[in-house]
Amino acid sequence: MKTTGAGLSAPGLLFAVAGLAALLSPFMTLAANRIVAGEGIFLWNMASAGAVIPGAAAVLAGLGLGLLQQPASLRFAGAVLGLGGALWLLTQGASSLLAETGEYARVSPAVGFWVLLVVLMLLMADALTAMAPRPLTRGAILVAILSALGLILWSGALSDLSVMQEFASRRDAFLRETMRHLGLAFGSLAAAVVIGFPLGILAHRRAALRSATLPVLSFLQTIPSLAMFGLMIPILSWVGATLPGARALGIAGIGFAPAFTALVLYSLLPVVGNTVAGLASAPPAALEAARGMGMTPGQRLRRVELPLGLPIILTGLRIVLVQNIGLAVIAGLIGGGGFGTFVFQGLNQTATDLILLGALPTVVMALSAAIVMDILVDLTRRTPKDKT
Amino acid sequence: MTPGLILRPLLILLLLALVLRPEWFIPLFAPLAPEGGPVIYTRSSLLSLSLSHLALVAAASAAATVVAVTLAILVTRPAGAAFRPLSRTITNMGQTFPPVAVLALAVPALGFGAGPTLVALFLYGLLPIFENAVTGLTTLPPATMEAARGIGLSRWQRLIKVELPLALPVTLTGIRLSVVIALGTATIGSTVAARTLGEVIIAGLLTSNTAFVLQGGLAVGLFAVLIYDALVQLERYLARRMGG
Repeated sequence: MKTTGAGLSAPGLLFAVAGLAALLSPFMTLAANRIVAGEGIFLWNMASAGAVIPGAAAVLAGLGLGLLQQPASLRFAGAVLGLGGALWLLTQGASSLLAETGEYARVSPAVGFWVLLVVLMLLMADALTAMAPRPLTRGAILVAILSALGLILWSGALSDLSVMQEFASRRDAFLRETMRHLGLAFGSLAAAVVIGFPLGILAHRRAALRSATLPVLSFLQTIPSLAMFGLMIPILSWVGATLPGARALGIAGIGFAPAFTALVLYSLLPVVGNTVAGLASAPPAALEAARGMGMTPGQRLRRVELPLGLPIILTGLRIVLVQNIGLAVIAGLIGGGGFGTFVFQGLNQTATDLILLGALPTVVMALSAAIVMDILVDLTRRTPKDKT
Repeated sequence: MTPGLILRPLLILLLLALVLRPEWFIPLFAPLAPEGGPVIYTRSSLLSLSLSHLALVAAASAAATVVAVTLAILVTRPAGAAFRPLSRTITNMGQTFPPVAVLALAVPALGFGAGPTLVALFLYGLLPIFENAVTGLTTLPPATMEAARGIGLSRWQRLIKVELPLALPVTLTGIRLSVVIALGTATIGSTVAARTLGEVIIAGLLTSNTAFVLQGGLAVGLFAVLIYDALVQLERYLARRMGG
C-alpha cells in the first residue's frame, strides 16, 4: 500500500511541489511607502538573471535533496542549502528593487518567500525528526541556527527590507520592549513557580486540597486572555488605591502589574497540575522501597518523588513559558509593554511591517523556548537510564 | 458535584442578565465609569456581539473539526503513514505559535474584518483536534480491532463503526481545547475589526472606561467557562456511555 517509490520521501515530494509553487508566486512586494498596499514582484522580474539564478538553483537543489528517503542528513543539508538560496534571493531582490525606486519605497517578502521559508523549515524539522539527534546535539543545532540568524541580521544584509527599516527607526524601543517581554514571560513563570510549586506539593499530599484547587485553576485557564487582562485592571487599580504602599511599588490599574498578574494566574494550572501529576508518577514499588529504608516523608519527596517527577514538572514549565511568551503580546493593549506594543500599533496604523516587527520575534522566542524546554525535559528523563 | 449544581444555573442567569438586560447593572458598574461617561456599552447590543462572537467560533471550530478529523484518518491509514512524523512535528511546532501572532500575521494576508479572525481561529483550532484524533485512532484496544476484523467488517465499516466511535471521547477533548482557544482568540479579533465581545473591552481600554472592560470581560469569561463546562459534561456523558 506504500504510495512512495523506492527511495523517495513522500513528504519530500509534497515539499518539492509546494516549494516549486512558491518560486512561481510573487516573491517580494514593492510599495511606494510604508502604508499603501504594494504590488507583488515575481522572481524573474526581481533582479538580473545573474543574481536570481544562483539562488533559485540552490533552492531547487535543496528541494531535490529533500526528495531522498535516506539518509536524513542529506535532507537536512538540502534544507540548509535551500534556506541559503531563499535568503540570497531576498537580499538580491531587495537591493535591486530599491535601486530603481524613490526614497520612501518599501520592499518586503511576499507570499512566495514566506511559503518557501515554511516549506524549507518543515523539511528541516522532518529530517531532524528522522535523524533523532541527542538532546545536546539539538541544543547545538538551535544555537547554530539562532547565531546564523543573529549574524545575518547584524551584518545588515537584510537592512533593505521594510521590517528592518521599522526596526532601525525604533531600535531603542525595540530593545526596551524585548526586555519587557522577557520580563513579563520569565518573571510570571518565576512567580508562578514560587506560588504553584509548594501548592502542588501540598495538593499532592492532601486530596481535599487537590480537588478544591485544580478545578478552580482550570476554569481560570479558560477565561479568554483579553478578558483576563481587562478584568485585572479594576482589581489592581483598587489594590493600588487602597493598600498603603502598593502604589509606590508600581501597582496600578494599567501597565506592567495587571499584565504580570494575569500571566501568573494563567501559569498556575500547568505548574500546580504538573507538579501533582509528576509527584504522583513515582511507581509504588519505589515509594515502598524508600519507606522500607526508613526515609521520612520529606526525604522521600526530595530523593524519590521529585527526581522521578521532574520531567513531568518541567513539561508544565514548558507549557507555561511558551503560553506566556504568546500571551504577553496582549499586555501591549493595556500599556504593559512587550512586543504587543508593535503588533497593536501596527494594526492601528495598518502598517504590516510594524506588525511583523512585533509578531516575528514573538514566534522565534516561543519556538526557541519550546525547543530548549524539550531538551531539558529529555535530559532529565534520560539521566537515570544513562547512569545505571 | 454539588457546588456545580448551584453555581451553574447561577452563572447562566448572570450571563443572560448581562447580555439581555445590561441596564440592570448600571448601579454596580457606575463607580467604575469615568465621571459623566456612559456606564453601559450601547454602540451595539451585547446580544448581537455575543451572537456574532459565538457564530465565528462555531464556524471556525466546525470547519477545523471536519478538516482535522479527516487528516487524522488519512495519516492513520497505512497509505498516509509516511506523513505521520511530519504531521506530529507540525502540530508540535504550530502550537507554540502564539494565537495572537497567528491573528496578527493573518491581517497582512487577508485584510481587516472577520476574514483573518476566521482563518486564524480555523488554523489554530486544527492542531489540538488533529493531535487528539490521531491519539484516539492510534491507541485503540487491539482486542476490539481483532474482533472487528474477525466478524468480517470491511476497512470502511471498521472505521465508521468501531474506530471513530472509540476515538470520540479523546477527539472531543481536542475539540474542547480548540473551542476554548477560539473563544479567546476571537475576543482579540476585535482589534482587527471582527465583531466580537472583545469590542466592548477594547472600547473600554481606549476610553479608560473600566465599566466597559468589566462588562465585556465578564460576558466573555462567563461564556468561556460555561461552554468549557458544557463540553466537559458531554465528554463525561459519552465516556460513561462507552464504559457501560
